[in-house]
Amino acid sequence: MKHLALRLFFVIALPALLVATWWLASDDSTDVYWPPLRTILTAFPEVWTGERLRDDVLPSVLRLSAGYASAAVAGVVLGTVIGSYRRVRAVCEPVLEFLRAVPPPVLVPVIMLFAGIGDTMKIAVIASGCVWPVLLNTVEGVRAVDSVMSETARSYGITGVARLRHVVLRSASPQIFAGLRQALSIGIILMVISEMFAASNGLGFTIVQFQRGFAIPDMWTGILLLGLLGVLLSLLFQLVERRALGWYHGLRAASLSRLGSPPGRRSRFRVTDRAQPSSVGPPRSPKLSASLEQGGPPRPLETDAPLRLTRRRRSQ
Amino acid sequence: MKERRLSDPGAGSGPLVSLTNDERPGRPRPGLTNAVLGVAGLAAFLALCEAVPRLGIVSAEFFPPASRIARALVTELGDGAFWTALGDTLTGWALGLAIAVTAGILTGVVVSVVPYLREATASTIEFLRPIPSVALIPLAVLLFGTELRSVLLLVVYASFWQVVVQTLYGVQDVDPVAEETARSYGLGTWARIRHVLWPTALPYVMTGVRLAAAVALILAVTAELVIGAPGLGSRIAVAQTSGAVPAMYALVVVTGVLGLLINVGARTVERRALAWHQSVRGEVAV
Amino acid sequence: MQPLLAVSGLQKVYEGSGRRVEAVRDLTFTIEPGELVCLVGPSGCGKTTLLKCVAGLLTPTGGEVLLEGRRVSGPPPGMAVVFQEYGRSLFPWMRVRENVELPLKQKSPLSRARRRELVAEALESVGLADAAGAYPWQLSGGMQQRVAIARALAYEPGVLLMDEPFAAVDAQTRADLEDLVRRLWRERGMTILFVTHDIDEAVYLGERVLVLSASPTVVQEQLKIDLPAERDQLHTRVAPRFAELRTHVYEQIQAAKRGS
Repeated sequence: MKHLALRLFFVIALPALLVATWWLASDDSTDVYWPPLRTILTAFPEVWTGERLRDDVLPSVLRLSAGYASAAVAGVVLGTVIGSYRRVRAVCEPVLEFLRAVPPPVLVPVIMLFAGIGDTMKIAVIASGCVWPVLLNTVEGVRAVDSVMSETARSYGITGVARLRHVVLRSASPQIFAGLRQALSIGIILMVISEMFAASNGLGFTIVQFQRGFAIPDMWTGILLLGLLGVLLSLLFQLVERRALGWYHGLRAASLSRLGSPPGRRSRFRVTDRAQPSSVGPPRSPKLSASLEQGGPPRPLETDAPLRLTRRRRSQ
Repeated sequence: MKERRLSDPGAGSGPLVSLTNDERPGRPRPGLTNAVLGVAGLAAFLALCEAVPRLGIVSAEFFPPASRIARALVTELGDGAFWTALGDTLTGWALGLAIAVTAGILTGVVVSVVPYLREATASTIEFLRPIPSVALIPLAVLLFGTELRSVLLLVVYASFWQVVVQTLYGVQDVDPVAEETARSYGLGTWARIRHVLWPTALPYVMTGVRLAAAVALILAVTAELVIGAPGLGSRIAVAQTSGAVPAMYALVVVTGVLGLLINVGARTVERRALAWHQSVRGEVAV
Repeated sequence: MQPLLAVSGLQKVYEGSGRRVEAVRDLTFTIEPGELVCLVGPSGCGKTTLLKCVAGLLTPTGGEVLLEGRRVSGPPPGMAVVFQEYGRSLFPWMRVRENVELPLKQKSPLSRARRRELVAEALESVGLADAAGAYPWQLSGGMQQRVAIARALAYEPGVLLMDEPFAAVDAQTRADLEDLVRRLWRERGMTILFVTHDIDEAVYLGERVLVLSASPTVVQEQLKIDLPAERDQLHTRVAPRFAELRTHVYEQIQAAKRGS
């Protein structure tokens, strides 16, 4: 009980302190750009309820969902195809590396040429920025399906759609989720700037309007709302990920503790070194060693782990 | 002879099991073949970019053929203003990245070394991290207009978290035995940071730096594009509004190449740091 | 009577980066229905290569494998494999029950109830009825390998192939698993091809032992194990006949290593 109270204290103390500091420091502020927190918080419900919620927040979120969802589907499908065939992968790799390296925001003016400034443009921008991390991580995940697992599947006649569904995609899912996570932050950025660049509604548009109209407290509420949206979506993602990858986190914890060390305390170098003779070592998933090798420290938070197409080069 | 045979790949059951389909012996020089296939892929991609507008599948007004983009690129390369813009973008990127990396590492180390600070800051970090840095755009405009500082604000905010989080992971990874050994030999806090903590955390930090480098470029270009701070981004915006479509594509290609170079460079640096780390670690920790 | 499994003139050559490695040179042997045959050979003698050729996972360079008179050119439906690397051959995202059930879904149109029945039965036989709802990685190594065996049992294969299945478990678990295989074989009248590098294990388990030579592999000797069908770890292993057979196989393998 005492332990729990202490943890709660740690969770709340600093944020409370920071908010209090902001509140007090800004309380008698007369600086136009830094209005008192009190003013901002009072303005918040007025600004973001009713009409604005329906006309700005909702369209933004819908566009983000549409773009993100289409990127996820396209990324996983294409990534599975590319990852399954060695030659296709070799052909596509340099082009993908280039396309991935283009900073997604420069796609806004390009896609505006094709799609004007409507919803289509924004969804296309979000989708074409989000697709790369999903695609490349899926390629990597599908490529790295364990050889023993795929031989097991073959020997039991698990082929075709069943193999894809029960073996390949499941085995690649930790990487796919890492890609989806990266895509989410890119998606939010693109949602905002596509609206700042050219739009007639949406969160980004409204916030810029406030700024141009020098409605500073309103602008601050917009910044807060964007922050909240980012935190909320990230929480939602973690929730989904924890459900879908429960097995993976369990496996990871089990393998690490079997190697004689509590999770989170084990260097990835020793994990992989010790498990090198895969024929005699303790049971481990090659997935695990792969994800550790490429710099993903063994913590569930680490879905931003660097995953990339070229990992293979390094490990060879 | 016999012994050699036994250690050959494919001869024993051991190595064979660990081979994936790609690496199974029996395919000639996969590295070379892959390079050839990759070049072929690039060539096909360029040919496609040339053919699609020429065949009228997409209007050349929106999507000029690759050759016209290439010509526009050459024109750009001959323009002094282009190089100034490139320099501006790189300045914003490098300066922002440097600030973010320094601040990120310092924060990460301090937070992990000072007792209880890690527990106390965890929730705050988890809350601040997912806040999209583009939310700060209006504030940046108000405070700094189109100055470099606008770019820096966005770049630093976005890349800072990457470095902090990776540093925290890295420090958490320090082997308690190594730490206790160092302590038993009477190493002070500073010496422990220098000889135990830093070498362990370094690869993680490098991963953070690599991620931050990519994010920093994205945000630098975004700031220029949206706010209008001088650089490649604003040059793209100008090309777009003035209808110089091939020039716009050429600039997009430049940002892509820039991103590619940054990725490749960061990976190389990271790999170096990793190799160094492993050899040094053997001496320190064991 | 037609042998259940016939391997004749099997050869497997790996070629790559200018090297040519002949893993298996010329292997010929047969297995009758209901037999338990152990393949033993020096480490690195291509046992796994052989097994993968039999399982249809590798295409032999020469010779052929016949299962019930039909040539094996891909994984045949009537065969199940238990791999050494249980941690990698069980799917970590599926619970034990689903792991056992998945191959059945693919095999033939079995009713859901029948599948459930087979799964429950198989898990019962390996003593893991309680673990059906667990994930494989929540179990010990020995239990995981028993799940893999249960999966093979539920599949009701014509031939069960086991590739050094107990090489990665501790000694006591290993003894238990050996007895489990003997028991299942006797209860179910299965045909088993068991590959191992452990001479004791081969002699203890097998009705017949095939001694392989060093790579490039040929069959060095076939040996009938005339121990009583009722075997147990305590008595069988100290029986004089066991020691004789063991010594004999050991000598054969030493000879194989010297290349005679």
